[in-house]
Amino acid sequence: MSDINITVIDREGVSHKLIAPSDMNINLMEVCKSYELPVEGICGGMAMCASCQVYVHTNKHFGERNDDEEAMLDDACNVKPNSRLGCQISITTELEGAEFELAPEEP
Amino acid sequence: MIKTDIVIIGAGPVGLFAVFEAGLMKLRCHLIDAIPQPGGQLSEIYPKKPIYDIPGYPTVLAGELVDKLMEQAAPFKPGFTLGERAETIDELPNGNFVVTTSQGTKHEAPVVMIAGGLGSFEPRKPIIENLLDFEQKGVNYIVKDPDQYQGKEMVISGGGDSALDWAVYFAEKDSFVHLVHRSDRFRAHKDSVAKAYELAKQGKLKLYTFAEVKQLEGKQQLEKVILETKDGTVPIETALWFPLFGLSPKLGPIADWGLEIEKNAIAVDTFDYQTNRSGIFAIGDVNTYPGKLKLILCGFHEATLAVQSAYKRINPDKIFTLKYTTVQGVQGFD
Repeated sequence: MSDINITVIDREGVSHKLIAPSDMNINLMEVCKSYELPVEGICGGMAMCASCQVYVHTNKHFGERNDDEEAMLDDACNVKPNSRLGCQISITTELEGAEFELAPEEP
Repeated sequence: MIKTDIVIIGAGPVGLFAVFEAGLMKLRCHLIDAIPQPGGQLSEIYPKKPIYDIPGYPTVLAGELVDKLMEQAAPFKPGFTLGERAETIDELPNGNFVVTTSQGTKHEAPVVMIAGGLGSFEPRKPIIENLLDFEQKGVNYIVKDPDQYQGKEMVISGGGDSALDWAVYFAEKDSFVHLVHRSDRFRAHKDSVAKAYELAKQGKLKLYTFAEVKQLEGKQQLEKVILETKDGTVPIETALWFPLFGLSPKLGPIADWGLEIEKNAIAVDTFDYQTNRSGIFAIGDVNTYPGKLKLILCGFHEATLAVQSAYKRINPDKIFTLKYTTVQGVQGFD
């Protein structure tokens, strides 16, 4: 297994190149936090707070929203068709080169 | 004025355990929490989820852990001010603190422990330009005194338990309810969803799925909400809109208490988890220090050490030696 490269654009439009291990069972929210990007991950990754919402800028296929995630996004703000919860995106080799943008903070 | 030894802000797991540890040292506690039940995020966000890293419990549901902590704290008769947010901390000339809530309830104690977790849970607000103009003028994020709305026409937005429960409640009380939801999946309990569909069939409730309130209109009060649906815009004349999108935590007033804040958390000294203000401690998820881990387990440890310093502040001339509960038992308060 190997490290993968992803890009995360923060809320000021600054692009960050992140390297994440694909064999540690971690998710995008956790990677962002470990790089000290302003992602709260309040609920700890249970798809229950939407503080890790991202917009997916990549056409790569890496799974669909799950039921908990859909339900959370139904109530969250700033939701777009390409919204996902970072905590529900597992870091796997399929994400190599993918790009994400942090959704605005909830008011 | 409520007087006690330690005012604990936040009735989550760590605040509740602090009551027990303080009780062993004969200190009385009073807890304040913005949500109306104890347990913090364990009750509010994930009561039915299992926790696997509480020592001695291979698995425990979050809600069960709260019940157990309440049971453990009970002999020490903690007081509770629930459903009120702690707003200010003032220092009296005698060195005591006064914590005042959103409802004006005052609590005096020589020690304050902030066990505020992620902050206080605030209603999630939709993004609508003139939303603030209509807050309390037709737009309400929580349903208080439901009797006043009985028989009225209203719009309720959301797909969770509170949206569905209130929609069903009011539809059954002869109100006419427009229930608006962004999709056709509901997070709420299946029974309430089935009931809402049933009421829609009976013509007591109108259900709009794949719809969202996008605009508000009115002079002084709310008069009209405008929905965007997949079939275009739909205006509804109504003086009442309840956007019930759940709660999300905000650090809130904690940020204004003159405490050193780092990365949205209160900086503390790991000797006793005291903040930069002597007599004010911060324990659990709300604090930060080098090596901090946001774990319930670590919060319990922090609470235990903080209480030792609290004791010395409250009883500067009394000695205290650690006693084991196995030897001493637990002597509750009368």
